[in-house]
Amino acid sequence: MRTSRTGRAGQYLALLAYLLFLALPFLWLISTAFKPPRELGSLHPTWIPKDPTLANFRQAFDEQPLLHAALNSLTAALGAGLIAVLLATPMAYVMARHRTRLARAATGWVVVSQAFPLVLVIIPLFLVLKNLRLINSMPGLIMVYVVWALPFALWMLVGYVRAVPPELEEAAAVDGAGRLRTLVSVTAPLLAPGIAATGLFAFVTAWNEFFFALVLLKSPERQTLPVVLTHFIGAEGVADLGPLAAAAFLATLPSLVVFAVIQRRITGGMLAGAVKN
Amino acid sequence: MRTRVLLGCLVLVLLLAGCGGGDGDGAGGRITLRFQSLAWQAESVEINRELVKEWNATHPDVEVEYVQGSWDSVHDQLLTSFEGGEAPDIIHDASDDLADFAYGGYLADLTGLLPERLKSDIPQRSWETTTFGGGIYGVPFLQEPRVIVANAKWLKEAGVRIPTPERPWSWPEFRSITAQLSGDGRYGVAWPLKEPVSATLNLSLSSGGQLFHRGADDKVTIRFEAADEVMPRTVHDQANTDRSASPTTLGSGGSDTLPGFFGGRYAMVPLGFSYRQQIVQQAPKGFDWQVLPAPAGADGLTQGVSPQTLSIAEDSPHQREAAEFIDFLLRPENMVRLALGDWMLPTGTQALKDPALHTTENDWATGTALAEHLRSAPAQSVRGYPEWKDKVATPALQEYYSGAIGLDELRERLEEDGNLVLARYQR
Repeated sequence: MRTSRTGRAGQYLALLAYLLFLALPFLWLISTAFKPPRELGSLHPTWIPKDPTLANFRQAFDEQPLLHAALNSLTAALGAGLIAVLLATPMAYVMARHRTRLARAATGWVVVSQAFPLVLVIIPLFLVLKNLRLINSMPGLIMVYVVWALPFALWMLVGYVRAVPPELEEAAAVDGAGRLRTLVSVTAPLLAPGIAATGLFAFVTAWNEFFFALVLLKSPERQTLPVVLTHFIGAEGVADLGPLAAAAFLATLPSLVVFAVIQRRITGGMLAGAVKN
Repeated sequence: MRTRVLLGCLVLVLLLAGCGGGDGDGAGGRITLRFQSLAWQAESVEINRELVKEWNATHPDVEVEYVQGSWDSVHDQLLTSFEGGEAPDIIHDASDDLADFAYGGYLADLTGLLPERLKSDIPQRSWETTTFGGGIYGVPFLQEPRVIVANAKWLKEAGVRIPTPERPWSWPEFRSITAQLSGDGRYGVAWPLKEPVSATLNLSLSSGGQLFHRGADDKVTIRFEAADEVMPRTVHDQANTDRSASPTTLGSGGSDTLPGFFGGRYAMVPLGFSYRQQIVQQAPKGFDWQVLPAPAGADGLTQGVSPQTLSIAEDSPHQREAAEFIDFLLRPENMVRLALGDWMLPTGTQALKDPALHTTENDWATGTALAEHLRSAPAQSVRGYPEWKDKVATPALQEYYSGAIGLDELRERLEEDGNLVLARYQR
């Protein structure tokens, strides 16, 4: 089916409008981060600051331990991403390949667990972690993030495993490869894009998470970036807008970098072998 | 190769994280108190940190750890911490957030813990904001009146009488002046009423409005009487009859009105006293502004406030030491530093006398003159108030201010729906 030139132009235009719509908050954030206070209070705000300044960034770094908080966030996000993938991959494989009653029940439970509201779990979770002496510790936070991300990660990976034809594994077995060898040499490379996407999901979820970090980490030196960002906000929503925008802009960068690095691998992997040359 | 380097870095980061465990409690008999502060403006955070440092330098046996909290999430965070027995020893909050915690048994009764100096320094009307069921559950230390920030040049050019705390505007006078200042797409006033309930209740005290009436059986009922009508009717008429109040800002927060104020669209904006800091930072060079007292009614300049408070967790094993730290933090000279850092008024009578709070610079003197008129915000100890506020009063007032409903329907909804809500909490 061929699309007319006008139709294609319309599609591109719609796509461009959508991309612009998605980008607007981020562009506004960048613009605000570089504006001096007097431009922030202007009745006619401009997209490009008239008198751009780095003062907001300086103030943000002076007032809050942003780098330390970013390191804490990175630790939690990388830890959660890595562990979630390590746990979810074999679990997803079992659930996808062995369609037993137990596997079906597990899948159902995964779906149901997604509906639990945060407030329902936070106090029991807090008490459990307290008994394990994991309150105010990074391993405790990572554990929570893994548990929080695991159901969706599992769900994602089950789909990826099902997309790998079982015939490939059977062929490897016929060629004499053992179960482990088959998994490592045949299935795992084909699952790589799915594993990357799942890790990315767990990373971004943990990187942006606010409430668990707020409640579970008591010491200032352990606070993560989303928690520290709220320190620029006062009562009744009044905010120190310039430094807040500067800090929030910096906070989005790692996610963007991770996306940029992994995205090519995800799409590349997904498309590999899709078309017979 | 690159993958190996990345994996190596990850392992290193995780190891570093693992090494950072433990609570860091003091050793050798030294007590560590956690002080969760909600100070957020740069100057205020700096002063709080300085004061903690000064305390730690002079009290080697009792170390205070400064933890910065956030206004946005403090209630949920504290509730979880209380339930888990991990609350900070010293808690910074606002008096209108304390009732549930006090009645829930999470906060220590400070009645026998505080020194006489501090008790007598803070007026009874301020203690009333933190007294629940006969116990005192917080020390009110900073408060801010709602004032009118005005474009001074505009007012001068219009030739209107400039009100002072000694001779404030009455509500009818305020209405006629905003009408006089309006025209050509410009408005006499911009009411930021995104959260209309506290502004309405607090300012209604000036005309004697109480709304909440406690009976002999200690049960509270809502009655919207003539005295309660004055302030909301003025706003409604400004926005819908005179067109002297901007209709668009009725749904805005205080900060949202500032660009229009600086841009000459509104002559006046009713705001909290601490907004002066944002105005100093953001106003265009040469912009001439001044602080005016809110209009007065039958009860003069009286208005309600919910002061910032310092409380002690009931579970804290070191309540006496925590109270000593609060006493140190709220010595008159320190209270002044905290007030200046937050651009608010101290509750302490000694601190209020400090010359730094009586200067004409940034109109400190106007706000300080209002301190004696500040009372406990209505209903902050009424159980069920948060639900009434969110489910009944906020939508009803928003609809009334926008002109969608009249005064009779407002009264009916506040009273009938409101009393049903309160009744559930008072069975």
